Amino acid sequence: MFKFKHEALETNTGLLLVATMMAISVGGLVEIAPLFLIEDTMEKVEGVRPYTPLEQMGRDIYIREGCYTCHSQMVRPFRDEQLRYGHYSLAAESKYDHPFQWGSKRTGPDLARLGGKYSNEWHVQHLIAPRSVVPESVMPNYPWLMENRLNYADIGQRMRALRAVGVPYSINQEEYERNVKDFGPEMAAQFHIPNARESLVAQVRAGNYDGDPSYVSEMDALVAYLQVLGTMVDFSQIKPEELVKFR
Amino acid sequence: MAESQEKPQGPQTTGHVWDGDLQEYNNPLPQWWIYGFYVTILFALVYWIVYPSWPVGQGFLTGINTITYVNSQGQEETWHWNTRAKLLREMQEAAAQQRPWFERIAQMPYEQIVKDPELMGFVRSAGRALFTDNCAGCHQVGGGGKIGHYPNLTDDNWIYGGTFDKIRETIVQGRHGYMPPFAEALSRAQIDALAHYVLSLAGEPHDATQAAEGKNLFHSHTAACYYCHGDDAKGRQDLGSANLTDRIWLWADVPSATDVPSKVALVRQIIAGGLNRGNMPAWEGRLSEEQIKVLTVYVHQLGGGQ
Ligand code: HEC
Ligand code: HEC
Ligand code: HEC
Repeated sequence: MFKFKHEALETNTGLLLVATMMAISVGGLVEIAPLFLIEDTMEKVEGVRPYTPLEQMGRDIYIREGCYTCHSQMVRPFRDEQLRYGHYSLAAESKYDHPFQWGSKRTGPDLARLGGKYSNEWHVQHLIAPRSVVPESVMPNYPWLMENRLNYADIGQRMRALRAVGVPYSINQEEYERNVKDFGPEMAAQFHIPNARESLVAQVRAGNYDGDPSYVSEMDALVAYLQVLGTMVDFSQIKPEELVKFR
Repeated sequence: MAESQEKPQGPQTTGHVWDGDLQEYNNPLPQWWIYGFYVTILFALVYWIVYPSWPVGQGFLTGINTITYVNSQGQEETWHWNTRAKLLREMQEAAAQQRPWFERIAQMPYEQIVKDPELMGFVRSAGRALFTDNCAGCHQVGGGGKIGHYPNLTDDNWIYGGTFDKIRETIVQGRHGYMPPFAEALSRAQIDALAHYVLSLAGEPHDATQAAEGKNLFHSHTAACYYCHGDDAKGRQDLGSANLTDRIWLWADVPSATDVPSKVALVRQIIAGGLNRGNMPAWEGRLSEEQIKVLTVYVHQLGGGQ
């Protein structure tokens, strides 16, 4: 029989490297590969769409400011979480998130179902000075979000990068028309990269998220993003037992 | 420390030798540890059989464990164990336990709920939890509100009405208070006169001559304040326009300003700039019908229900 000798590995760097890689990749393969193979990983639900240019900028600010270090975006399927935050998160809901913001630390509450819970005014005030509305809060102040103009010159490039990893933003007429079919004309216009800057400004005008219509602030983008979190899927249209079968 | 009784053995080595003299000690793990390790492997084998585990092709081993819940048609349905099925069943079990409460609350008219001490005990504890999770960020813990931003729900002063039906309506559909800005329609002097009049209505110090001028303006077509705030300036609950004749201020923190000029400045700011900040989110769809009813009773009994 083949007699394995430690020495063979320990004295041969190349072999050691290969064997180490093999050992490490087992963990990854076992956990990740099946998700691509198993048919029922992603729930088939309506309504999930990519972020608009403004929301996407807000999402990038969310990441820049490290909000994810204190906030998760993943309501787990437990009773206490469902009672506090709302319906548990679906895999389908983060299919356009690159990278997803599930997070692993909850110093503050989960934000996966935040959209519509508060008014824009509340978010602005809370982000500038959290303790002015929640006296016992330990969340930091983010006053510069209101002062900083949003730099959206590169929004087209950001969307192109996301398109490269599979988010259906469009760069030509054909892709645009596919989006009209999939997401409706209003959203398809938002997802069209050549018009991204105009769409972004139009959404700020219409939404006036930060209460100051005179300029596009980082606050506008972040609040637009926060207000869309968890609102895309209409759970009143889904039978709970259907979601059970996707696990 | 006691000396080891055993005769010290010569160190065992793995037998590997580097650079001619560099050796590696071999200290085998204790037996109990090794057997513990075998037990965990055995445990994993059992676990694979009972719970969903290995991926196979386009599916996975579902395990022999199952969970039974009630589907939307009211029929019992069984599925292999998973956290979503478990949650569904737990929610249904909990709902069954609370059903007697929620059913009574759903069926009873408000007036009777309030008179039932047992039910009110339930409303107070369930209501407080719901209020803390959903409302306290704005109305503050306990419902005291915040001048300049969010109304106090514990007093008997109501913008949209303090009856059960009105409170319910507020929670279900949300509210949005709007007052137009008057900076362009009125001159600075006119706005100041109106501010003095508004201060006089609330029993605050003011200039009587200016207030008299403001009173005329208030009821004139130029300013048309009366149109929304009413001839008596007591506000209209259908518009959510504030009652200007009481000492309760929501938007301008007049009572905490110490001298007349700063009080006037606060009211001037409101009249000139208008108000578009009063946004109460709608809770229909976010909270269930029963939860909204519990909250309605809870808010009603915070102090000022009518
Ligand atoms: C140091 C940890 C920390 C960081 C970083 C942080 N937060 Fe928070 N956040 C909290 C805590 C604690 C609370 C709960 C108290 C409160 O509401 O302020 C909270 C609450 C919130 C809430 C209210 C949630 C609810 O349902 O009531 C929102 C929205 C929020 N944070 C957004 C953000 C955003 C956006 C960022 C990044 C710009 C951020 N937070 C960064 C700790 C943090
Ligand atoms: C984003 C902040 C916010 C949240 C969250 C919020 N409210 Fe409000 N609420 C307001 C504002 C602002 C007003 C006043 C609206 C106006 O003046 O136009 C208001 C008004 C009300 C009123 C009417 C008061 C009156 O005098 O007529 C009631 C009742 C009320 N809220 C109950 C609730 C309950 C119950 C919840 C939780 C389910 C809740 N609110 C959550 C901001 C909020
Ligand atoms: C289109 C209707 C409308 C008109 C016209 C109007 N108001 Fe108002 N006003 C409101 C509403 C609605 C509110 C409460 C806003 C809220 O709660 O969100 C309000 C609030 C106020 C407040 C704040 C009260 C407080 O509690 O802080 C003052 C002061 C006021 N109005 C004065 C005036 C004066 C003076 C005029 C005439 C120049 C006027 N309003 C004209 C609708 C109107």
